[in-house]
Amino acid sequence: MAKPKIVKFRFPESLEEMPLGPSAAAGILTEPNSGWRVQRPVLDHSKCSGCLLCWVLCPEGVIDKSKGDLEIDMNYCKGCGLCAHECPKKAIQMIREGEDEQ
Amino acid sequence: MVKAKDLTDQEYLYGHKACPGCGLGTIGRLALKILGERTIVALPASCMSTVTTIYPQMNYSVPSLTMAFAGTAALLTGMSAGLKAQGITDAYVLGMAGDGGTADIGLQALSGAVERGDDFIYICYDNEAYMNTGVQRSSLTPIGAHTTNSPAGTASYGKEKAKKNLFEIMIAHRIPYAATASSAYPYDFMNKMEKTKRIKGPKFIHIMCPCPTGWGFASDLTVEIGKLAVETGLWYLAEYENGKVKMNVVPKNLKPVEEYLKKQRRFRHLTAENIQMVQEHRDSEWRLIREKWLSSLKS
Amino acid sequence: MNNNPKDGNLDFLNGDEAVAYGARLCRPQVIAVYPITPQTIVVEKISEFVANNEMTCEYIHVESEHSAMCAAMGASLVGARAFTATSSQGLAYMHEMLHYVSGSRFPIVMMNANRTLAAPWNIFGDQRDSLSQRDTGWIQAYVENGQEALDMIIQAYAIAEDDRVYTPVMVNLDGFVNTHTFELVHIPAQEEVDAFLPPFKSRNAVDFHHPRSFCMTASTEWNMEFRYQQQEAMDRARGVIAEVDKGFGDRFGRYYGGMVEEIRCEDAEVVLVGMGSVVGTSRIVVDRLREKGFKVGLVKLRFYRPFPREYFKGLSRRVKAMGVIDRDISFGYEGAVASDIKSALAGAGAVPKVINFIAGIAGRDITKENIEGMYDKLFNFARGKDEKEMQFIGLRW
Repeated sequence: MAKPKIVKFRFPESLEEMPLGPSAAAGILTEPNSGWRVQRPVLDHSKCSGCLLCWVLCPEGVIDKSKGDLEIDMNYCKGCGLCAHECPKKAIQMIREGEDEQ
Repeated sequence: MVKAKDLTDQEYLYGHKACPGCGLGTIGRLALKILGERTIVALPASCMSTVTTIYPQMNYSVPSLTMAFAGTAALLTGMSAGLKAQGITDAYVLGMAGDGGTADIGLQALSGAVERGDDFIYICYDNEAYMNTGVQRSSLTPIGAHTTNSPAGTASYGKEKAKKNLFEIMIAHRIPYAATASSAYPYDFMNKMEKTKRIKGPKFIHIMCPCPTGWGFASDLTVEIGKLAVETGLWYLAEYENGKVKMNVVPKNLKPVEEYLKKQRRFRHLTAENIQMVQEHRDSEWRLIREKWLSSLKS
Repeated sequence: MNNNPKDGNLDFLNGDEAVAYGARLCRPQVIAVYPITPQTIVVEKISEFVANNEMTCEYIHVESEHSAMCAAMGASLVGARAFTATSSQGLAYMHEMLHYVSGSRFPIVMMNANRTLAAPWNIFGDQRDSLSQRDTGWIQAYVENGQEALDMIIQAYAIAEDDRVYTPVMVNLDGFVNTHTFELVHIPAQEEVDAFLPPFKSRNAVDFHHPRSFCMTASTEWNMEFRYQQQEAMDRARGVIAEVDKGFGDRFGRYYGGMVEEIRCEDAEVVLVGMGSVVGTSRIVVDRLREKGFKVGLVKLRFYRPFPREYFKGLSRRVKAMGVIDRDISFGYEGAVASDIKSALAGAGAVPKVINFIAGIAGRDITKENIEGMYDKLFNFARGKDEKEMQFIGLRW
């Protein structure tokens, strides 16, 4: 699986279930970051040239290039707008959360 | 040369709590895509560790250890030795420390580890202040910047000392490989990360990581600001290898520093005189650069 | 003490050299050390072993003691057995990392040459350095002589790496008195030590098949549970210490009594409690006084942490007065060992009189006359005469 998924984490219920020392399984997600957003990216596939610059730059890694057309994981997009700002084809627009796409 | 379409879809750093637009996410993701899953990451006290390891949410999918502030390079030394002692040769040890954790409190350990020639990759991701604790000044804060403990006021224009030159400090150690990079130039960074895989001994990459929160610019301008830093000559992209320095980007004409400074809240207080001072400082640095590293090129 | 060693060579070694041999026998995979008097001979001897192929390990010349503990931790993190050694200023310099390593549950073994802390400067022995690290979560053992030093390095790994413990261990030698004094020491055979101490298979190390984040942030909601776990491990260590002592004795012929050794305490009216080399001197005084008919005893406190609280509660019911020799002082109060003993007695019911003797600071000798004087005072105190509860012994005025 290329990206970790959100899991319902089962906390230790006794001393015996605690890990030996303060360590925890890597790659565990328990909550989305979507609540941070005030704006979100909308990708116009007809303008996208597949250059993958947005995929490279995204600080969150939410752009998925594995399926042909790019997809964005809206659970973890923070709406920073870097992808829209840098896209050489202006294929991404940032719209305010709650507004409709045009 | 790294091509994005050939890079793995695997995200080894995902879902973290860094500020929107922060360069550290790009840096961490890309570094780990290049090195792969058999990488152990050492993270000292910093944004990079704090936003990624809040129990039980662990945003790294590779093994990591959050380290005491001063000891990143020494931890890397120990990990590298421990792997070697057990005959494990197909794993990387990677340190990702901030500017404070490298150039200030971490400098002794880094110098020791480089002098010993231990095998590790060290990334100093430089957001030019102690950002995680609220934007306090470090030795890599640039001259003129306002920070919360070197604030601009009637008696001060912010940090009144120049940025320490880590790249040259590493060159002085005759390190096998040192480079400067920027999160705004991701392909340059990835090519440099690729190189580190083939070199034995200590490898050091000093990567500028523009910080929307601490520097005061909108979250979508991270790359634009990063590029302006290079275009105005306040940052440069270079490599040191085999006794030689190669500059990866040499702007024909350096843009006036004001173009870079005025876009960031941390420099907004600078007067024309201050800006002139920053520009002169930049010019004197570039005279040295041209002399030392570019004399074979026509200026 | 038993004197039936099985196998092994007899050699004339100082305490530091004995530690170096002990470390070599444990086959550590990574040694990260920084030199500091009076530990330097440990560092040098091990580097000679490595340079002559008599020892296989990664020897790291770290640039500071703080880095020594960081590097040792890095090695343990990837599953390697790690060793380091320090003293005094160096121990203080790595203080932050002592907490870090014990909190992370890495079973590192460290030799510490007990030396006083500056300022003022002095390189000679007292126990202020290690005792001021009391709360860092390390198991602390104190040895009396070179043989015990060698043996305790081996036992330290057996204790630290035990599944029930996973707590780092500090083995303390008195600076110069132990570290630089030459004695006859039996060096066990490597095969015997290999059988006693198998290779380290860490339960707390990087596994690429099951990656983990180590030393992550544990919030207010979870931090206390990790600390409780640490305390539980220290409690379990008591039993493990006794087991390891017995197992070591069975194989190598030297039993040390676990956390505490009693010398002639069966019918003692007054006892002295000490840690480290002062016990060796005190044994002679006890025998002399016993010949004269005085019912004196001696308690060798071998482990300061975990602390043998139950033992001291029991002892308190048997004696009239107890003197505690502290080669340290917690300024503003009293010696650390005396404090801990007295707090153990607080729950015991009938409490014997206790005098805390502050002695042997910064290498000042604790002489046989000093020790006889301490027993004198204890008898006075037991008979109702006035004695101050804390006394500096051997001051000029």
